[in-house]
Amino acid sequence: MPQLSDLIGSFVDDKICYDTGYQAPSQPATHTTQPIVTGSSVLGLKYKGGVILAADTLGSYGSLARFRDIRRITTVGKNILVGASGDYSDFQKIQELLEEVVAEDYCLDDGRTHTAKEIHSYLGRVLYGRRNKMDPLWNTLVIAGVENGNSFLGQVDLLGTQFEDDTLATGFGSHIARPLLRNAYNENLTEEEARKIVLDCMRVLFYRDARTIIKIQ
Amino acid sequence: MSGAGSGYDLSVTTFSPEGRVFQVEYAGKAVDNGVPSVGVACKDGAILAVEKPEETKMMLPGSNRRIFTVAKHVGMAVPGKLPDGRQIVSRAQQECENYKRFYGNTIPTKVLSDRLANYCHAFSLYWHLRPLGSAALTASYDDNGPHIYLSETNGVSYRYYGIAVGKGRQGIKTELERLKLGNMTCREALKTVCKCLIKQRDDQGSKKFEIEMAWICDESDRQFVRVPEDVAKEAEDAAKREIEQEDEDSSDMES
Repeated sequence: MPQLSDLIGSFVDDKICYDTGYQAPSQPATHTTQPIVTGSSVLGLKYKGGVILAADTLGSYGSLARFRDIRRITTVGKNILVGASGDYSDFQKIQELLEEVVAEDYCLDDGRTHTAKEIHSYLGRVLYGRRNKMDPLWNTLVIAGVENGNSFLGQVDLLGTQFEDDTLATGFGSHIARPLLRNAYNENLTEEEARKIVLDCMRVLFYRDARTIIKIQ
Repeated sequence: MSGAGSGYDLSVTTFSPEGRVFQVEYAGKAVDNGVPSVGVACKDGAILAVEKPEETKMMLPGSNRRIFTVAKHVGMAVPGKLPDGRQIVSRAQQECENYKRFYGNTIPTKVLSDRLANYCHAFSLYWHLRPLGSAALTASYDDNGPHIYLSETNGVSYRYYGIAVGKGRQGIKTELERLKLGNMTCREALKTVCKCLIKQRDDQGSKKFEIEMAWICDESDRQFVRVPEDVAKEAEDAAKREIEQEDEDSSDMES
């Protein structure tokens, strides 16, 4: 990819730029090397008959609290949630991809839609493929859903690492909230209890994470 | 086959002395001899209905679909050759996806039907391709109201209040012209459409027919869906009763 350094070998004459030719770039072509507008943690917790996700509504521009009311958790179809931390524009791209998956399901019209597990695999493969092209979507995604009364909770990150767990936390939350969630988790949580646990963790994150705001989704 | 073409109908790249391209017309005939399909734009939505004869008793009813969803706000029936029709539907789905990706908005129906017409037309320009033997009867409902478009095999696309394609279309068209479709709701129009389709049947009584219906209306949240089974059955039964009533009345009048 021609860089500015290449043009130094050319000269300007009456506003016409002569390019002396392509010079080998000193660095290989790179793509997203840094996230710009970022979201902080996303927490996920299974309870009996469901899953709960929580995230704050802040899009940070470095240390500036730039966008203070964004939605970092999106729905896919009727019973799947996808939450993202990391680069927000990459998450918007992922939302577009998910919309296309939903549209494909809708058009097939065969009484069956993609399950949370399938979306989890799909996103895992997409992110892994991008990382292999050295052009990652800089996100850690949490996928949650319910099928036939069974809850599903899985995570995919920018490297393409895919796994499932009963409790999940991304970003700063993986250090602070994950132990709290793991201690509090048991198979028979009700929705009320799960909600309280997750809110407690969000409160701790607000105390400790410098890139959060008080509003949550 | 008749000698109407007499040598000018062997390839789609040949004009006849009168300026006709016979292969394209023959493709149109594939649609004309296909399953009767009706598209109707009502006050609160648009309906598509296709009447399919039961090919074989061994086939599961409802499995050979003729009406397809192209996007949430657009649906399509494909009278004529079904495989060619599936090609058009596939292309339409891609067009919708592309438009959404590019412009961030759902594709306006006029744009979609124009693109499909161009697509069908492209097949009539090259010697190594044959025209598609299927038309695209598109139904949608957006901010400008309900739309019915027909993109034909020869590359034209028009918008209709109501249109019938396939076998018996002349009779159905005559019936549709009598109706004030703009004042009917979709539910009322469903019954009338069923009536039109049942009436034009070559009724030897032995063949079973299946009417496939789909709509996009206020009732379906402006999304293109198959008409719910109970509603469809109700419309069909009501239509059959009305036809029986009319037959009785006319035979009463005769005697």
